[in-house]
Amino acid sequence: MRAVHFCEACGKVQPPAPVDYFAFFGLPRKLDLDVAALEKDFYELSRKLHPDLNAQAGTQEQEWSLQQSSLLNDAHRTLKDPIKRTQYLLKLEGVELEEQSKTATEKARSTGEIKKQIVPPELLAEVFDLNMQLEELRMQKKMGEDDPALIEEIGNQKHDLEEKQEALLHELQGRWKVWDGMIQRESNGQPVSDEERRQERDKMVDMLNRRNYIRNLVRDVNEVLES
Amino acid sequence: MATDRIVGIDLGTTNSLVAFMQGESPVVIPGDDGSNLVPSVVALDENDQPVIGNAARKYLTETPERAVYSIKRLMGRGVDDIQEELKFFPFRVAEDLQAGEVLRIKLGDKKLGEKTFTPPEISALILRQLKRNAERFFGAPVSKAVITVPAYFNDAQRQATKDAGRIAGLEVLRLVNEPTAASLAYGLDKKQNGIVAVYDLGGGTFDISILKLHDGIFEVIATNGDTHLGGDDIDNLLITIALDDTLGDLGLDLRHNAEAVQAIRNAVIEAKIALSSQPSVKLDVNLPGGKRYLREITRAQFEQLIQPIIDRTIGPCKQALKDAGLKPEQIDEVVLVGGSTRIPKVRALVKELFHREPHTDLNPDEVVALGAAVQANILGGGSEATENMLLLDVTPLSLGIEVAGGVTDKIILRNSTIPASATQFYTTQLDGQANVAIHVLQGERELAKDCRSLARFDLKGIPPMAAGMARIEVKFLIDANGILHVSAREQRSGKEAEIQVQPSYGLTDEQVEGMILDSFDSAEEDFRQRQVIEARNEADTILAALDKGKKSPAWGHLTTDEKKKIAKMEKALITVKAEDDCQAIRKAIDALNQGTTRLAELMMDSAVSTALKGKTMDEADMGEGPTAPHPMAKAEFE
Repeated sequence: MRAVHFCEACGKVQPPAPVDYFAFFGLPRKLDLDVAALEKDFYELSRKLHPDLNAQAGTQEQEWSLQQSSLLNDAHRTLKDPIKRTQYLLKLEGVELEEQSKTATEKARSTGEIKKQIVPPELLAEVFDLNMQLEELRMQKKMGEDDPALIEEIGNQKHDLEEKQEALLHELQGRWKVWDGMIQRESNGQPVSDEERRQERDKMVDMLNRRNYIRNLVRDVNEVLES
Repeated sequence: MATDRIVGIDLGTTNSLVAFMQGESPVVIPGDDGSNLVPSVVALDENDQPVIGNAARKYLTETPERAVYSIKRLMGRGVDDIQEELKFFPFRVAEDLQAGEVLRIKLGDKKLGEKTFTPPEISALILRQLKRNAERFFGAPVSKAVITVPAYFNDAQRQATKDAGRIAGLEVLRLVNEPTAASLAYGLDKKQNGIVAVYDLGGGTFDISILKLHDGIFEVIATNGDTHLGGDDIDNLLITIALDDTLGDLGLDLRHNAEAVQAIRNAVIEAKIALSSQPSVKLDVNLPGGKRYLREITRAQFEQLIQPIIDRTIGPCKQALKDAGLKPEQIDEVVLVGGSTRIPKVRALVKELFHREPHTDLNPDEVVALGAAVQANILGGGSEATENMLLLDVTPLSLGIEVAGGVTDKIILRNSTIPASATQFYTTQLDGQANVAIHVLQGERELAKDCRSLARFDLKGIPPMAAGMARIEVKFLIDANGILHVSAREQRSGKEAEIQVQPSYGLTDEQVEGMILDSFDSAEEDFRQRQVIEARNEADTILAALDKGKKSPAWGHLTTDEKKKIAKMEKALITVKAEDDCQAIRKAIDALNQGTTRLAELMMDSAVSTALKGKTMDEADMGEGPTAPHPMAKAEFE
């Protein structure tokens, strides 16, 4: 079930197997993960795989140790964070997430094109207002005349958004349970329909997109506030 | 147990050290002058031979164009980014430097000829000195080392350090970040779990690292810093003030008088150090033309002057805490590293930032080298003291690729544990396109032009295909040294794409190879020179002893013939001493030794008979008396 990283008998590092991050840690593709256990495993594997502790080994083993420990670190970093973990799993399931990145935002801003994005419908009015306020503050800052009332107002909005972000994370974690239940049924031999799988995936994609959108908005706000 | 000793080296801006693990504790290896610190100063003597460390310092004041200091500031950088440096440091760069090329600096004077060196070559000379100190100490060769770098050093700066090691004849097993190394020395000492912040303010660089220590694992959580901030900046500020003073008060513009600037520099450094323990100090510098520069500085004035400089450490500290997701209260211990942390105002600032007294038990000058020695021990297989220890460090800067629109697409984020990797897929724009150009950057800014250009890669040898058909998988791997490696494979054909790297401000492998050979040649030459110097020293000792002998009553007891013979041998030794033949000098020394045996005996007898007359050796005013010159004895200077 778990990729073999080192020989149990002699302790020598093995060549890295082309496995996904879950398999690397010998974990099922479930989203609710015991982070403490993951940490413990991470440290134990680090002690076996890290290049520093294999510096006396042969060249081939040292090369494997470099590959293995970078895989270990990448896997640990991804699985430790709830959002990254979810995104990763969806990627394994073949889903491409929406381009909500800063890159697209900047590009849109500079070329004047309308950015490809989905504004969560429940936020439409709020986002419109906030963007107007940010524009106003940007202009004020250019003149050197920041209005403290406006700054406070924007600060409050930001706070609201951050709370929404948190709430979405909790909602997402709720969907994890559904997903994990599905995976469990599968491993028990009960079939799961493609349709059910797709629906669950789509729900999580939607949540991630909404949360990403809010996170980017908060980032934009911070940028203006701190400028 | 490793047969080859691996040493730990702190290649500092101001001072360098070499250390090793002696039993259960790391220990610094002193130089042949008994000093633990080797000043990072390199000079060319009258014979264009390199002089390193304390011996080089006099060249800074006497013939500054033959010497260089703080070379670390130039490692891995190009001519465009050192313009600020050039204002305050007497680096003389070659005139014909191109953008992106490795720097070349000139040493020597126009009259007798200038030599050019790249920063890695200068650093290699310092490393070679440390290597020799270690070899002398062990009585065995040393070829492997762990070398420390500022945590905030970028890829080019790290590569330059590794190159310097290679040029010096050292296999650099690992580059370790300075604050992490310091934490190893601290952790080995304390053996406690907790969260530690390391505040490292050296001669030229500032690092702040936050680590989690648990069960022997030293895990860096976040790191930040400023690679152009340190004690040098404080010195330069004081020098500027002194130069302004002399211009204003004495009407002397000394800004281009290299000797005067160095004299002032020495004085301000002494003053700076004194003010850490005294409330005020007097600057007193002899200027050219017989004038004197006198100025009193109080600690209060000093602190006011340097506040803006040390305040620059606040931003990185706050960012590191933010990246770590920690509040200052959650830090268990703050460890101070670097000579500049001896300044009381710096300690006060640290106390204010972290809401606690910093830990000052460890010697801030030595702790990094000691930590490097611990890491060297771990790499060598470890010992009882280090058997559970493991360093998990991070990359300090985000790694990105330039994409359309001049924007940076970050593929590995800062503070990611290393080794770390990221995979990107590229394709071709045109039918039959055989190359893809990739521009890799380091930094946190959004636009490529605001980030540090790490390298430009050309993926070559892509099999001919229709546009957009090629699927090139490019893997970026940051190794345990924090250095980037790139590999690429075209997936459809399975062909490994050939990668041609143009490292920014760096040396190619061929250039480094060429420099290693040069170093070995001059190593031979250096060795030979050293033999000659040692022989000359011995000759001086025996000649001085002979002079004393001539003034002693014993001289009167020699026959005219004996005196003539001695005079002849003395003259022969003096003649051959001025030449370069070590063998000839030793022969002449032996001859004179033989020739003066009877004189020595007579001097001994006379001493004894004087003593028997009731006087002691001291009272008999015999001076040092005849002694066989010790092979390693230095010449005496009157």
